[in-house]
Amino acid sequence: MKERRFVREVLESKQRILVLSFIVGAVFFLLLARLWHLQILNADDYQAMSENNRLRFVPVAAFRGAIMDRSGTVLVSNRPSFSLAVVPQEVKDKEALLTQLSSLLGIERGEMAERWDKNKGRAKYYPIVLASNITRDQVEMVEENRLRLPGVEIEMKPVREYSNGVLASHLLGYIGEISEKELNLKNFEDYNPGDYIGKNGIERALENELHGEDGGRQFEVDARGRVLRTISETHPTVGNSVVLTIDAEIQKKAEKAFGEQAGAAVAMDVNSGEILAFVSNPGFDPALFSGKLPPDIWKGYLEDKRRPLENKALSGQYPPGSTFKIVTALAGLQDSVINDSSSVNCGGSYSLGTSTFKCWNRRGHGNTNLRKSLRESCDVYYYQLGEKLGVDKIAAASKAFMLGSPLGVELQNEKPGLIPTSEWKLERFGKRWFQGETLPVAIGQGYVLTTPIQLASMIATVANEGTIYRPHLVKRIVDADGKTLRETKPEVIGTASFPKESFRLVKQGLFAVVNERGGTGAQSRLYDVRVAGKTGTSQVVKLRDSKRSTPYQFRDHALFVAFAPFDKPEIAVAVVVEHGEHGGSAAAPIAGRILRAYFESKKPARKEPAGSSKAGDSDTESAEEPTGAAEPAAVDGAADKDAAND
Amino acid sequence: MIDRRLLTNFDWVLAGLVVVVCLLGIMNIYSATNSYKIVGAAYYTKQFYWMLTGITISLLVCSVDYHLLEDLSYWLYGFIVLLLLAVLIFGRASMGATRWLNLGLFNVQPSELMKIVIIITIARFFNNFHTIDGLTIKDVLFPLGILALPAALIMKQPDLGTAVLVVLIAVSMTFYVGLRWSTIVTFTLVTIPMAWIGWSFYLRPYQKNRVLDFLNPERSRLGSGYHIIQSKIAVGSGGITGKGFIQGTQSQLKFLPEQHTDFAFSVFAEEWGFVGCLLLMILYLLLILWGLNIARRCNDRFGGLLAVGVTAMLFWHFVINMGMVIGLFPVVGVPMPFFSYGGTSMITSMVGIGLLQNVSMRRFMF
Repeated sequence: MKERRFVREVLESKQRILVLSFIVGAVFFLLLARLWHLQILNADDYQAMSENNRLRFVPVAAFRGAIMDRSGTVLVSNRPSFSLAVVPQEVKDKEALLTQLSSLLGIERGEMAERWDKNKGRAKYYPIVLASNITRDQVEMVEENRLRLPGVEIEMKPVREYSNGVLASHLLGYIGEISEKELNLKNFEDYNPGDYIGKNGIERALENELHGEDGGRQFEVDARGRVLRTISETHPTVGNSVVLTIDAEIQKKAEKAFGEQAGAAVAMDVNSGEILAFVSNPGFDPALFSGKLPPDIWKGYLEDKRRPLENKALSGQYPPGSTFKIVTALAGLQDSVINDSSSVNCGGSYSLGTSTFKCWNRRGHGNTNLRKSLRESCDVYYYQLGEKLGVDKIAAASKAFMLGSPLGVELQNEKPGLIPTSEWKLERFGKRWFQGETLPVAIGQGYVLTTPIQLASMIATVANEGTIYRPHLVKRIVDADGKTLRETKPEVIGTASFPKESFRLVKQGLFAVVNERGGTGAQSRLYDVRVAGKTGTSQVVKLRDSKRSTPYQFRDHALFVAFAPFDKPEIAVAVVVEHGEHGGSAAAPIAGRILRAYFESKKPARKEPAGSSKAGDSDTESAEEPTGAAEPAAVDGAADKDAAND
Repeated sequence: MIDRRLLTNFDWVLAGLVVVVCLLGIMNIYSATNSYKIVGAAYYTKQFYWMLTGITISLLVCSVDYHLLEDLSYWLYGFIVLLLLAVLIFGRASMGATRWLNLGLFNVQPSELMKIVIIITIARFFNNFHTIDGLTIKDVLFPLGILALPAALIMKQPDLGTAVLVVLIAVSMTFYVGLRWSTIVTFTLVTIPMAWIGWSFYLRPYQKNRVLDFLNPERSRLGSGYHIIQSKIAVGSGGITGKGFIQGTQSQLKFLPEQHTDFAFSVFAEEWGFVGCLLLMILYLLLILWGLNIARRCNDRFGGLLAVGVTAMLFWHFVINMGMVIGLFPVVGVPMPFFSYGGTSMITSMVGIGLLQNVSMRRFMF
C-alpha cells in the first residue's frame, strides 16, 4: 500500500514537471512576442526616437547644509556660482561658437577649447562647463544672445562660502571632489564621480547630514537645444544644517590671541563637555581647497614649519609638562603619600642614585608644601612624590582622567596620546622600567604625551570634581527650516573618582598659581572673575642652558590649563603654544584672553538684550585695551620673572 | 568523498550553458561600460573574477552530498532568520546615532542567502510530507508559516523585490508538490479581502505610497519612468540584427540607467537586435528546462524539490528582469542571473547551480 502511494506520488510529480515546462515555455513565448512587437513591428519608430533622442536628464546638485556657531551665526554657507556650459550635441560649428563666445564674453578661447576637448568621452547631450564663476554681466550677455548661441547654457551651482576665512579652519574642514578611493567605500555608495564631499573637519564628519539629496530635471528640447517642456522634475533636498557648540566671538578672540604663534587651544563647558573654542594655529583658507588650489600656496602650507594643515588641538601630541603635576598631586593625595601639611625642602635639585634631577629654579624653593608646589611649580616636590608613588600609580591616576585614549570627539584623526607604565615599556622596548624614568613622568616629561583636547578635558574634570563629559562640537542638527532634528545631550564617559577633599586642595593650589604672589600663571588673571590654572613648559630637547641661541624647532613648548570662575566653574581652557618657551608668559595670556572673551560674551546678553551688534562690538573692543594693559601691572614684578622661568 | 562515478556523471550541459551565458554577459558588460569614466579595475574584469569565484563556490557546493543539507536545513533556516532579525535591530539602533554604522554588507546578504535557504527548507518539509490528490489548506499552513517569517523580515528592510522572489520560489515549489483546486481557489478568495483589509487599516499613508510607487513608478520620481522609456527605445531601436557591438547609441551615450547591472539586457538588445535576443533567450530557456529535467530524472523527492526550487529562482529572476527592461513590469532592482554585473547575484546564482549539479551528479546513486 505504502509502496504504491510512493510510486504514484513520484509519477505525479514527474507529470507536473511537464506542466511546469509548458508554463515556462508559454512565458518565454510571451516575452518573445513582446520583443517582436518592439524590435520588429515598431523598430522604425524606436529607431527614429533613438536618433533624435531629445529627452534630457540634468542632475541638479543639492545645496549643502550650513554650519553655524551656537548662537546661529553662519560660519559656512553657500553662494550661487554661474558657469557657462555647452551641450555638444546641439552645436553645428564648434570653432565658430568658441570665437563668438570669446568675443562676446571676453573669455580666452584656448581655455574653453581645452575644457571642451577634455570632456569628449561623455554623452553628447551632457553639458560641458566651459568657464566657471562667470559674472552676472556675462550671464546677462548670454541670455540676451540666446538665439544666436544654440547649445549654450548657463548653469547655477552652489559654491561653499566660508564667511570668516581662516577662522576655525581645522574644525570646519573643507569640501572637495570625491576621490577614486572614496568612491569605493560603502559610505559613498550613492555618490558619482565629480560629486563634492566633505574632506575634513565637520564637513567630513557630518557629511551625511550636510550633503542633502541631489535632484534632477527631465525635459524635452527642440533641435536648437531650447527646452520645449519639462517632463518631470525632482527638486534637490537641501542638506541639514549643523549648529556647533562653538561661540564664534570667543573663537575669533582666541585665534587673534595666538597671532603668528603655532599652537592649539580648546575651551570647554565644564558641565557639559561642549567645546566653546577650538583653535589650531595657524589655520588655512578652506575656500581655496574646494577649488583648484594654487600650487604655490599648497607648497607654502607644506613648507611652513608651523604645519598649518595639522589639526593640533586633536592630533598634536605634546608632553604636558608641569600641567601634569595636577594629576601627580591627586595620585599622591589618594595614596596618602602627601597631605595638606606635609612638605619637602627644595634645594634646587634632587638626587636619585647617581643621577641629579634639577628643579627649574636652581636656587631652590626652600620648604615647599602642596599649595606652594603648585603655585611655584616646584619640580623637586614632584620628583620625591613620583619616586614614592612609582610610575604605575601615576599612570592609574592619568587613566582615571582618560588621558592616553581618544575621547571620541566628532572629528577624525583624534590621537590617543601616551601614558607610560612599566608594562608598556616592557612590551614596547623589552626592558624593565627604571625608577629614574619615573621622575620626569611625575612632571609631565619623559614618555608622557597628551593632546590639547585631553588637557582641556582633564582640567574641566578637575573643575567639576570628577565628571568626564565627552567633548563635543555639534550642538544640534537642524533642517532647512530651522527645525531641530537631533540634539547632542551631554554624555558622561567616565569618572575620575578622587575624594572631594583632594580636589579641593589641588584647586586651591591652582587658585594660588594665578592669584597669589609668586604664582606662575598670573598673566591669565582677570579683573572681575577668579581664575585658577596651571602653567607648563615641556622640553622638546634637553638643551636647557643655551637658551638664547636655541633654534625655533628646539625651543620648549608653553602650556597653560585653567578654569573659571574658581567657586562655581563654568569654563575650562587648555592652551599649547608650540616652542613658546614658557607657559606663564606665552600660554597663560592667551588663556586669559579666551576666558575674558567668554565672560564678556555673557555680559551683553544680561545688560542690553536689544543692543545693536555694532555697538556691542565696539564695546568689547574698547574693553579689551584697558584690561590688556592692566594685566602686567596686576602682577608682582618678581613673580613675573619667575613665571618666565617655569 | 568524490568517487569516480560522480565525475563521470558531471553535468556538462548545465556547466556549459552557465559558462556561455556568463561569457556573453562579460562581453556585454565590456560594451555597456565602454563609455564610463572607469574608477579602479574595469567592470568586465571584475565580473570575470566574480565568475571564477562563483564557479569555485559552485564546485564546492556540489562536492558535498546534498542529502547532508536535509539534516542541516532547519538550522540553516534558523540561523538566517536570526541574521535577518539582527539586521533589523542593528539597523534601528544606528538610525538615531550621529556616528553611522556600516551595515550595508549585512543588509544584502541575509536576504540573498534566504533565497537559497528557503529552497532547502521547503524541500526538506515536503520531503517528509506525503499527500494524495494534492495539498489541502491544512497541509500548506506550516510551510506558509516557514515562508511568512523571513518574507516579512525582508519586507521590513525594506527589500520588496527580494521578498517577492522568496515568495515566488516557495510558491513554485508548492505547486510542484501539487495543490488541490480547492486549495488554490480558497487561497485566492482569502488573499484578496486580506490584502484589502491590510491596505485600508494597517498601512500608513507613507507605506501605501511605497506600494503605489512600486506598482506604478511613473507616479513618483522621474527616475523610473524615464528609465522605462529609454530602455524601450534602446530595445526597439535594435531592430532585427542590432546596431553592432559597442555601437548602441542609447547605451554609449548613456541614456540608459544602470546599464551594466539591471539594464544590461537592454544594451544587449540594442546592439544585437532580435536575433541576439532570441539566442540569449534560447540559452536561458535551455538552462531552465534542463533544470526541470534534472528534477524529473532525480529519483528522490528531496533532490527533485531542490532542483525545482533552484530552477524557479533562476526563472523568476530572468522573467522579472526581462519584463522590466522591455516595459512589462515595474522597475524593481532584480538582476538577470549570470548576465548582469554584480558579485552578490553571481554568487547566489552559482550556489544554486552548485545544488543543481549536485542533484544531477548523484542521480544514479539510489
